[in-house]
Amino acid sequence: MSSKAKEYKKVAYYPGCALEGTGHAYNRSTKELGKALGLELDEVKNWNCCGAMEVKNIDPKVQTYLSSRVMSIAANEMGHDVVMAPCNGCYHNLKKAEYDLKNDDASKQVVERISKKAGHQTYESGQVETIHALDWIKDGIGEEGLKERVKSSLKDLKIANYYGCMYTRPRHIFPEKDQGEGSDSTSEPHFMDDLLAAAGAENVDFPLKTACCGGAHTLSDSDTSTLLVSNILEAAESAGAEVIATECPTCHSGLEMHQVRAEKRFGRKTNVKIVYFTQLLGMALGLSAKKVGVHENISDSRALLKEKGIA
Amino acid sequence: MPIHEEHLIRPENLKTHENLVIDGIDVSGHWSTFIESRVLTNYNEQMEEEIAALPGGEFIHRCWQCGSCTNSCTVNAVNPEFNPRYWIYLIRTGMESELLRDKDIIWQCVSCNKCTYACPRDVAPEGVMKATAHWLELKGHTPKSPSTHFDEVFSEQVIQTGKIEEGRIIRSFFARTKQELMQDWLVEMVKRLVSKLPVTMLMRMGLANVLRPRTKNWGAARDAITEYVDEQNAAHRKALKLDDLVEMAKSEVKPGQAPAE
Repeated sequence: MSSKAKEYKKVAYYPGCALEGTGHAYNRSTKELGKALGLELDEVKNWNCCGAMEVKNIDPKVQTYLSSRVMSIAANEMGHDVVMAPCNGCYHNLKKAEYDLKNDDASKQVVERISKKAGHQTYESGQVETIHALDWIKDGIGEEGLKERVKSSLKDLKIANYYGCMYTRPRHIFPEKDQGEGSDSTSEPHFMDDLLAAAGAENVDFPLKTACCGGAHTLSDSDTSTLLVSNILEAAESAGAEVIATECPTCHSGLEMHQVRAEKRFGRKTNVKIVYFTQLLGMALGLSAKKVGVHENISDSRALLKEKGIA
Repeated sequence: MPIHEEHLIRPENLKTHENLVIDGIDVSGHWSTFIESRVLTNYNEQMEEEIAALPGGEFIHRCWQCGSCTNSCTVNAVNPEFNPRYWIYLIRTGMESELLRDKDIIWQCVSCNKCTYACPRDVAPEGVMKATAHWLELKGHTPKSPSTHFDEVFSEQVIQTGKIEEGRIIRSFFARTKQELMQDWLVEMVKRLVSKLPVTMLMRMGLANVLRPRTKNWGAARDAITEYVDEQNAAHRKALKLDDLVEMAKSEVKPGQAPAE
């Protein structure tokens, strides 16, 4: 068992804005998965938005402040030393804030100034460790732990694992990655592959794991996003995938939206289904499709999952 | 040939004369096509410094022109005209007129960070693209891009309430960019979604629209962020000498003539 297993038994949970909107199915499946695995989530009290991909273009230091406030509440008001963020955007921004507060005095000064005026304790770098939902399961339970608990194997389900941009780039804000065995790789991430394989799935060789879906411009430059998404969907299909597993609400809704848009506007139709990895793991543990919110996805995978005997 | 010399052979620089005799030699017709000679005199020596003064542009001076950014670029793969390495070169050498030829596509950087991942000199080219797009808008070379409108709609909501609500963002963005909300593909997407959802869930989604999600006791944070952002905007205007430009424009308005609205 991983040395982190004990530490991840109870963590601060930062769902973020998307998980209260388009990513609702990710939120509910993450919580259900935690319950099924005996991992406790303690939601960060009165959290705020991390700034996503947008606030940094107005001012990057404001984005650093927004993330620091979330970490400050988790550490100083709730006494946590681990914050788990299932959204790649939130995860990335908290990691980036951690890096900047450790290495850039100007960022530190701005965060101090705004925190003081806002009336809360300033976050100090090192107070919490930010982890992704993938780290949470991988290190909190592990593949062996998952295998023991599988009730409805994902066997025969061919999956392309899609990680997107923010989980691995840029490298310097993820000092724990690329550290050999037990750590994830920034060029070829594999934590999601490992977990789904432990649940019985057949992972296909998918070259566009960390390609970009154009999420930042999903509405402001829709044609570019549709083109990028179509490339991802078609590559997954030609790799033989029936399902694309996702671990980010922005990637997930981007793939779903532009799958429809590509069909409507450009006649590029694909049939590959898009499912959150937490939904797949939840079903493998015996939770119903409804419980993990499969019906909330736009991409309708219910018939496929039924046919495979998973849902 | 370096890309910036390409324009020597752009169509507008090729001259063919129907009847031209120089020093007694007939140089008429296609076989005597000239390429116009070029002398660059309009360097903008402040451009690099100004872009470096905007958020994201700070490290442009580190660039070695290795091309890793363009090589790894997501947008370059779908549009070869999108060339971060080349733009950094133009900015650093002050070739503003050449940069302006691409002014309408620079904002299209999708922030995938592949360039920043690949860059051996920590230039953070993604930030440089954002700073450059911002510079083009502040200097009046381009109108606000759809991406800037989106950033503003989004950030205003975060600064005001601490959180965002996606439905509101989408509606505000379409309104601000004067687009139809009922896009065929959005309607299709909502149809596919709604057909599967129970009524209770649809009610919950409707409710989130009315009761805006917000962070409690956010007022002091909002004021502190707003104060800081205003200071930064003033500093950017100063670095780009925008107020001097406004003064110059005013002084050029002749007495008795109404300034153009």
